[in-house]
Amino acid sequence: MKLDVSGLVKNYGSQRALDGLSLALPEGTRCLALIGPSGGGKSTLLRHIGGLELPDAGTIEVNGKFLSTDETALRGFRRKNGFLFQGYNLFPHLTARQNIVLPLVEVHGKTPAEANDLAITNLERFGLAPHADKLPVQLSGGQQQRVALIRAMVAAPELLFLDEPTAALDPEMTVEVLELVRELILGGQDVILCTHEMGFARAVADAVAFVAAGKIRECAKPDELFNTPKEPEVKRFLSRVLEFR
Amino acid sequence: MKIRTLLIGSLVLLLLALASCQVLASLRYHWNWSGIWEQRELLLRGWGLTILISLGALAGTILFGLLLAIGQETREPVLRAVCRGYVELIRGTPLLTQLLLGYYVIAAAFHVDNKILAGIILLTSFEAAYMAEILRGGVASIERAQWDAARALGFDRKQTWRFVILPQALRRVLPGMAGQCASLVKDSSLLSVLGIAEFAKQTDVAVSTSSSPLEGYIPMAIGYLALTLPLSWLARKLEMKWRAT
Repeated sequence: MKLDVSGLVKNYGSQRALDGLSLALPEGTRCLALIGPSGGGKSTLLRHIGGLELPDAGTIEVNGKFLSTDETALRGFRRKNGFLFQGYNLFPHLTARQNIVLPLVEVHGKTPAEANDLAITNLERFGLAPHADKLPVQLSGGQQQRVALIRAMVAAPELLFLDEPTAALDPEMTVEVLELVRELILGGQDVILCTHEMGFARAVADAVAFVAAGKIRECAKPDELFNTPKEPEVKRFLSRVLEFR
Repeated sequence: MKIRTLLIGSLVLLLLALASCQVLASLRYHWNWSGIWEQRELLLRGWGLTILISLGALAGTILFGLLLAIGQETREPVLRAVCRGYVELIRGTPLLTQLLLGYYVIAAAFHVDNKILAGIILLTSFEAAYMAEILRGGVASIERAQWDAARALGFDRKQTWRFVILPQALRRVLPGMAGQCASLVKDSSLLSVLGIAEFAKQTDVAVSTSSSPLEGYIPMAIGYLALTLPLSWLARKLEMKWRAT
């Protein structure tokens, strides 16, 4: 992917979530990890790049194209990308399989048979075949998030956005989901994620950006940022979150 | 346990029956069922018309109520205000007033000569305002995250309502909707003031012809119960079913 964010501003009432944020990544970046303190703006940034929110000012350029402010154009952008939320956001009235099939049929124009085959293939691939016809409430958090991940990636998205995909999961389920994400990245999927899992960010990302107070404080390759952070604020943050590792 | 419930139930019923007999006896009422029996055809036709009006108004209420509920949630401020204003106006005035004004002023102005059709339309426009509020409550209870998920998958507004929001909202409010349907059946009795020959009106006619009020009003109560009890039963059934999932 190639990414160029410039002067992004977003206010929620009197709260400034993004404060003239800029970020540029060269062509060929596979995985960008956004880290930083809660409330620092990393989720907000991700939702903007994913076309879910409109900025008050600034521009976003993804793979050489500026994001439009027109809802129809943005919908087209969202359709060719995938977005995974912290809280899974599966549709509770549909089974795991139906959750995957519905957008394939309604948004991507697949026939129900094609969509069903795709859903089953992926559920099998990720060890979820026995749960295909269960409702979300009958699945564990980790299983729900894996189904949601399949729903987000099954239409071969250009970019996959992951918004703290494991924040609501226990350690074991976290591993289930992260293994799956790593597999996708190794398979060539371009990913932008926000995460509190520093070990994971370090292992899979080829760029890590530290977001705080609505700005990028530091953006570097993972080894560089984790081993020799330049900004004192990043140093402080890393030493605190890695204290018990 | 079952037998005990049955015994207590029968005992209560027996006591109620004895008490009712006592009250009736104190009236020194002279029963005369033959007078009403002669009017059976008239009553039956009235009951049939009540069913017809109820079914027509029921279909109209669900459709119109749905439109009013969606109208209040659109981004179009004028449409939203009109729907909101309509609901407030209808809920703030007595049905009797609406029927009289609606029939003698509005229906007359638009040359709606068919009394039954006018009755169905007036009843629909009343019940739809309540139905809209029930539905709106259901829609409001759907988490923000569901709208987000639908948007992220690339659904447009119409698809979001159809596949994500309404199916969930309807499940939550079906018991309330069934209750409103029962109210609709009972409210249809007020159409008698317009001279529509429905069940309540025909009962009145039969009672004055035969001069036997109790013999008319008791079957009238039973006639309405025969329509509303199945609706209540259905509401309870649905409530249990959705609670299970």
